[in-house]
Amino acid sequence: MLSKNQIAQRIAKEVKNRQYINLGIGIPTLVANYIPEGLDVVLQSENGLLGIGPFPTEDKVDPDLINAGKQTITLTRDSVLFSSAESFAMIRGGHVDLTILGAMEVSENGDIANWKIPGKMVKGMGGAMDLVASAENIIVAMQHCSRSGSSKLLKECTLPITGISCVKKIVTDLAFLELHPEGGFILKERAPGVSVEEIKSKTEGKLIIEGNIPEMEF
Amino acid sequence: MIDKRVKNAEEAVQDITSGSTLLMGGFGLSGIPENCIAALEKTDIKDLTVVSNNAGVDDFGIGLLLQKKKVKKMISSYVGENAEFERQLLSGELEVDLIPQGTLAERVRAAGAGIPAFFTPAGVGTEVAEGKETREIEGKTYLLESWLRGDFSCVKAWKGDYAGNLIFKGTARNFNPMMAAAGKICIAEVEELVPVGELDPNQIHTPGIYVQRIFQGVNYEKRIEQRTITQTS
Repeated sequence: MLSKNQIAQRIAKEVKNRQYINLGIGIPTLVANYIPEGLDVVLQSENGLLGIGPFPTEDKVDPDLINAGKQTITLTRDSVLFSSAESFAMIRGGHVDLTILGAMEVSENGDIANWKIPGKMVKGMGGAMDLVASAENIIVAMQHCSRSGSSKLLKECTLPITGISCVKKIVTDLAFLELHPEGGFILKERAPGVSVEEIKSKTEGKLIIEGNIPEMEF
Repeated sequence: MIDKRVKNAEEAVQDITSGSTLLMGGFGLSGIPENCIAALEKTDIKDLTVVSNNAGVDDFGIGLLLQKKKVKKMISSYVGENAEFERQLLSGELEVDLIPQGTLAERVRAAGAGIPAFFTPAGVGTEVAEGKETREIEGKTYLLESWLRGDFSCVKAWKGDYAGNLIFKGTARNFNPMMAAAGKICIAEVEELVPVGELDPNQIHTPGIYVQRIFQGVNYEKRIEQRTITQTS
């Protein structure tokens, strides 16, 4: 089983040179730590920044510099600052190449739910609905099952959805999967030590298994 | 020069009445109008509709207005870690419209720019689309969203001049420029108020035409929600 950091590490392998990337809150934020050396990418923060630098040292903390998760950050040499309206113009306009976000549930046709559990928890959708409605290239970081052991990769989402037919790839603690354009989770890689049978038993939605499924390499 | 100066926050907010719709700049606790919120907290107005991306935290920012039960309705995109907001929302004490962040930004921008409605893909097929007009344009479905105007807006800038021209700093710009333009009366508080001619016209983010009142803010706390540090090795 993968740790949160390992999920982020596996997702980072999907990053390509010269991409503008939006990272969501939680595991997606960790992806920044694993982007391979030599790739020139720019991270977008939807509150109004391109070029997210590392967390500041104690003496460089600036309350006027935060990311979308409200964490203190620094600028990079190529940073640019703008309003939230401009930020979402970039997102809606399709200028962001890759979107990585968390999910509570994903369905086999690529629907995603990540903003609300009716009656229990309401965090709000933040920028997620805008991101998933416009992005061509969406990777989801999530746990394969809930704490009680039920699958989060479903035939249909049970929670209120954030967007329809939009997820392209998923990295869970158990597997790397791609969404089939006509529906279904294509199993591409297993987490080290996890069997195909285990993934099968923990995936409620349609799982497509073709040939030998390799273990992930780090 | 049209002089927009008022003495302080108390004077700036004195004609805001109960039941008003108030647009507030800020993202999380960054770039929030701290002085205006503190002045509003001291008044006896209530039943406000507050439009702001977030609602502060329990004991700071708009959270202070929620605690004093001054807010009837919040229009936001993210509740986040504000326990009092989440409690009032789930118990039904507070009316809440949660809307996608980009839609919120654009609805406010549209109001300031005189565009009554626009189509966006955000929220298609979700709860957000319920009761809204949809239209297929070049093979993709979009939602019709309307502008979002305010009786007043409260914004916070880094520097401003007597004529209301504003410059923001870092990610504290966020929603402030759109909120400024969409309020019938925009109140701007600034960290540094300077005479006209001192700001470089090339560098002004919000032209003073959008701002009706400006004052020098005091005692900024600029609280940090998630203090994340890189340890020096």
